[in-house]
Amino acid sequence: MAKRIEDLKVIGNKRLNNDFFVLELSGNDKIPDFKPGQFAQVRVDGSPETFLRRPISIHDVDYERNTFKLLIQIAGKGTGALSKLRNGDFLNLIYPLGNSFGLPVENERVLLVGGGCGVAPLLFLGKYLRSNGYIPDILLGFRNSEQIIEFEEYLKIGNVFLTTEDGSKGEKGYVTNHSILLTGRYKRIYCCGPDSMMRAIAGYCKKNNIACEVSLENLMACGIGVCLCCIIDTIKGNLCTCIDGPVFNINELKW
Amino acid sequence: MVNLGFSIGDLHFKNPVLTASGTFGYGSEFDDFLDVSRLGGIVVKGTTIEPREGNLYPRMAETASGMLNAVGLQNKGIDYFEKNIYPRISGYNTNIIVNINGSYIDDYVALAERINRLEKIPAIELNISCPNVKMGGMAFGTNLDSAREVTRAVRAVYAKKLIVKLSPNVTNVVDFAKVVEEEGADSISLINTLLGMLVDVEKMRPALSTITGGLSGPAIKPIALRMVWQVAKTVRIPVIGIGGIMTTSDALEFFLAGASAVQIGTASFIDPQAPVKILEGIENYLIKKGFSDIKEIIGYINRTT
Ligand SMILES: Cc1cc2nc3c(=O)[nH]c(=O)nc-3n(C[C@H](O)[C@H](O)[C@H](O)COP(=O)(O)OP(=O)(O)OC[C@H]3O[C@@H](n4cnc5c(N)ncnc54)[C@H](O)[C@@H]3O)c2cc1C
Ligand SMILES: Cc1cc2nc3c(=O)[nH]c(=O)nc-3n(C[C@H](O)[C@H](O)[C@H](O)COP(=O)(O)O)c2cc1C
Ligand code: FES
Repeated sequence: MAKRIEDLKVIGNKRLNNDFFVLELSGNDKIPDFKPGQFAQVRVDGSPETFLRRPISIHDVDYERNTFKLLIQIAGKGTGALSKLRNGDFLNLIYPLGNSFGLPVENERVLLVGGGCGVAPLLFLGKYLRSNGYIPDILLGFRNSEQIIEFEEYLKIGNVFLTTEDGSKGEKGYVTNHSILLTGRYKRIYCCGPDSMMRAIAGYCKKNNIACEVSLENLMACGIGVCLCCIIDTIKGNLCTCIDGPVFNINELKW
Repeated sequence: MVNLGFSIGDLHFKNPVLTASGTFGYGSEFDDFLDVSRLGGIVVKGTTIEPREGNLYPRMAETASGMLNAVGLQNKGIDYFEKNIYPRISGYNTNIIVNINGSYIDDYVALAERINRLEKIPAIELNISCPNVKMGGMAFGTNLDSAREVTRAVRAVYAKKLIVKLSPNVTNVVDFAKVVEEEGADSISLINTLLGMLVDVEKMRPALSTITGGLSGPAIKPIALRMVWQVAKTVRIPVIGIGGIMTTSDALEFFLAGASAVQIGTASFIDPQAPVKILEGIENYLIKKGFSDIKEIIGYINRTT
């Protein structure tokens, strides 16, 4: 898939809560065939302090309308500036970048696990799995009930299970504490979220012999495999998160 | 038509826009964004004799108008380059220059000998200015005797064009320029990154695993420009300006200050098409100003002030 650099028109900016918003972008040319897990390098204009592009996952794609969405958590200056975009503004992207989640083996029961801004690539992954004949279960972890986002969207894909740290919705605790994991029914888990969550899930999967892919969020400069800043230490030596990832099978990682 | 070409001795470059080592991979990473063969030259990733894994993550931190890197010369070594990369990139219709690095003078010499045999590599860039390795690198470029010795040793075995890349982390860069010119360098490129650091206040620790790293990007441009101006006034060999060039106007400043060519570095991370945009911009500027040859503007400010 050829990479492009393009100005895309903002056709929606929806605030979900204090921390999260969804940008909808419309392509001039036909948008590429995205694969779940891929990301874009987003140019934030206007400040010397947002000099580098910001990597953001593809969150949702609508090929009929030729649009796609980014789910963004306000983490600092760059994402803060993006939250202020208005309809009609243009956003410069380099995309689509990175590898993608692999499809499950026939008849495997799969679970998607996400938390925080890590839920971003999971919606598109869920829809992609659905369109390939899989009905995944989804386990989402949030700090409290106010942080829960896009719950209805996930319900359209499969069964959704929740944890909140304060127990205000779903089961209390972290995703790794959820009783659904005790059933032993899943043969493959896809996970994206904070480092600690992914490591915990990876540990659980290793112990129980479950295939597992995680999507890493290393710091990036170029996003196209030239600066070698985004490396992750793997059994094959240093790999670039931006081109060899962001999705890695946990067996490749030295976790 | 304006003439954009420049030469290092008898090596001709079709235009003076090159890409900087470590910021353009081996060129092919940019095939989706531009025609690499339009460029005057590409300087490929820093290469060593043996494969290197580089420094630990995190190796990058963003700073105001720039970035710090502490990659530490991660590369697969000269054998891998010769076998797997060289055949793939030697088809580009541009000058491919290899940036060479070592811990000891012998490493540089061995590399230069190896690359001397590669027909499609008309020049090397001797990197004596990498701030991110414990041994070698900047140690050679910040001591006059070492700079002299390594340049002399490589010159003795390398018959094609020798570009020496200088470090800005010195008191008087002109002294280093004179020394490498005396030892037979065919060209000088400068600057490499400036040694810097960043502290993560939330985590209360340095942002980089190595604590210090190399600063690049627009933040360093005024310093780079000053150094290029100083060196270009002093030496007779062509000077290649590097440091924070993001736009056509940035590049033109370097030409007016005396650079015969420029290298585009960090800018390619933000806009992978920056090198060709800058090239087109230079041509338009010359036409607009009524010049027919870029040579007419090189060092222009020295003629008028
Ligand atoms: C492949 C990939 C996909 C991503 N997808 C998404 C996504 O879909 N939605 C989303 O909201 N975020 C995503 N991120 C994280 C996002 O890129 C960062 O949150 C963003 O760059 C922060 O920029 P800022 O200017 O707002 O923050 P800054 O002001 O630069 O930093 C503020 C804080 O954010 C942290 N931060 C900076 N960069 C990253 C990073 N790469 N990962 C994690 N924390 C970081 C810093 O350590 C700091 O504490 C992704 C990251 C990667 C590598
Ligand atoms: C990520 C990164 C890697 C680099 N690697 C090398 C290298 O291997 N050899 C070298 O001589 N310079 C290296 N440099 C320095 C650049 O070639 C250039 O001298 C410097 O970045 C200043 O130019 P700029 O501000 O346009 O980027 C590197 C710079 C960056 C940002
Ligand atoms: S971000 Fe530059 S190599 Fe991955």
